[in-house]
Amino acid sequence: MTAVTTAPTALRQRTEIEARPAGFFADVVTVAGRALRAVPRDLESVIPPVFIALFFFLVNVGTLQRLTEHNIPNFDFRAFQMPTAILLGVTGVSRAPALVIDVQNGYFDRLLLTPVRRLAILLGHLVADVAVAAALTVPIIIVGFLLGVRFESGPLGIVVFIGIAALWSLAFSGFGYAIALKTGNPGAVNSTFLLFFPFLFLTTSYVPKSQLTGWLKVVASWNPVTYLLEGLRSLVSIGWNAGDLAKALLAVAIVGALSMSLCFAALRGRIRRG
Amino acid sequence: MNTTAIRCESVVREFGGVAAVSGVDLDVEPGEIYGFLGPNGAGKSTTVRMLCTLLAPTYGCASVAGFDVVQQPGEVRLRIGAALQEAALDPRQTGAELLQLQGRLYGLSRDAARGRVDELGDLIDLGEALDRRIGTYSGGMKRRLDLAAALIHNPQILFLDEPTTGLDPVSRAVVWEEVRRLNRDLGMTIFLTTQYLEEADALAGRVGIIDHGRIVAEGTPNDLKRAVGSDVIVARVEGDARSVGAAVERVDGVIGVEAHGNEMLVSTGDGPATIGAVAVALARCGVPIRDLTLRTPTLDDVFLELTGTRIANGTTTKEAA
Repeated sequence: MTAVTTAPTALRQRTEIEARPAGFFADVVTVAGRALRAVPRDLESVIPPVFIALFFFLVNVGTLQRLTEHNIPNFDFRAFQMPTAILLGVTGVSRAPALVIDVQNGYFDRLLLTPVRRLAILLGHLVADVAVAAALTVPIIIVGFLLGVRFESGPLGIVVFIGIAALWSLAFSGFGYAIALKTGNPGAVNSTFLLFFPFLFLTTSYVPKSQLTGWLKVVASWNPVTYLLEGLRSLVSIGWNAGDLAKALLAVAIVGALSMSLCFAALRGRIRRG
Repeated sequence: MNTTAIRCESVVREFGGVAAVSGVDLDVEPGEIYGFLGPNGAGKSTTVRMLCTLLAPTYGCASVAGFDVVQQPGEVRLRIGAALQEAALDPRQTGAELLQLQGRLYGLSRDAARGRVDELGDLIDLGEALDRRIGTYSGGMKRRLDLAAALIHNPQILFLDEPTTGLDPVSRAVVWEEVRRLNRDLGMTIFLTTQYLEEADALAGRVGIIDHGRIVAEGTPNDLKRAVGSDVIVARVEGDARSVGAAVERVDGVIGVEAHGNEMLVSTGDGPATIGAVAVALARCGVPIRDLTLRTPTLDDVFLELTGTRIANGTTTKEAA
């Protein structure tokens, strides 16, 4: 290492630099920008979910399309399956594992030392997650198009479809952030997949609710993802159905309210514990 | 609002009922380099985290730059910079990205932040490495980047928590020089925790010695050492040095005797004149002398006198009774 021998410019400009609060919006944008810059450097966090979603989309269509369409009149399994694939791709995708690393390596403390609003640290990550989730839906929708899926709700319906999927991703990611902030343990964050399975498989992932029987039908009718899927499917197969969309948004809101409550409580706890 | 740069009044911090800091009182004046010296686990970092608003005191109150760390943490954060014990960096960002982000969070405009990154790049001498991912940096580079991140907004008060732990001697010398320069040229108040006695001795105008969560002594390094005596005779003997402490204490010119295990520290105002008499006193007691040396006191002698332990490589070494 070379010792510094010249008088640095930094020492001559004190009066020109003055710290001040950047503002809540600016804080969120700054934190979100950092989180988004990290995504291309951390592709292993986004490629596997999309790969898995596309894999199951193609395999399920190949396996079940003839069976389901033969048994259910006027049923388009490809259109039915695409929202399932989308949710497989975006559920649980978040920067929560990266936040755990920030906690572990002390960078979270470095952020807390600045005048940044504590809430903005979390919201910045969440904003980035929404953007990433929206981007992840695109390749799945393209594959859907290639398979012949069309949106009855038109181009605006595609935008709303992506928006609802991204909001769902955000709602679910709150659980990951809650665990990340509560435990600071990457293994614990990965355990959110335990929530992933009941949410995504005890529902109408493969067949309509009318085809479910027994306990699964009961559980599915209580699972918010059932209504989320119905809302997304309505945009693909029906067009604009306000009732289905409202139920989908309400389902996202309920899960989001729960996860975000846990998440913000965990943030407060971490700040309090220091 | 008080004019003291840093003030702690009976600050206590407990974790699960166990006190990590048990009633720290201190005042640091603006423009001062204050050394906070103690072994690992003494409560240095916990005190710094409280002063930096990362941790609230369980009891007591503290203010930094005149603002209460609990009631006005936002005001405190605008005025302080901190390089904590572990370089708190994101290995996935480049050095320049990290510094620019820091600047933006302190309200600097995009251009001002960019300019500041260039200035600090010169200061910390990272050159083109600033455009590399931090994960590729050496330990010394990370330390310097961490220091730059703490300086991005030109803070009034800089907290350095063991800034040279783990650094090689050359890197350590660079950090020392930077600390001196920041204090001398910018008048920056610096609160420096360290487990290295020579670091506190070389940098700090005043030193607070903390042990088991309490400040056990405070003063300029010279004052603290003078309290031990102007010279120290160190005698290592065969057997228990305490058994002959009383005999040595009676020697003319001896101010005080501290005996721990087989080592005896004899404080005296005139070492060269006294060392012979000390050797004779030990010989008369029939205690074989392994070695006898004369030196000026160190902060370690101060620590030993106050706590009965030495600081060795950051951990306390209890002298065998």
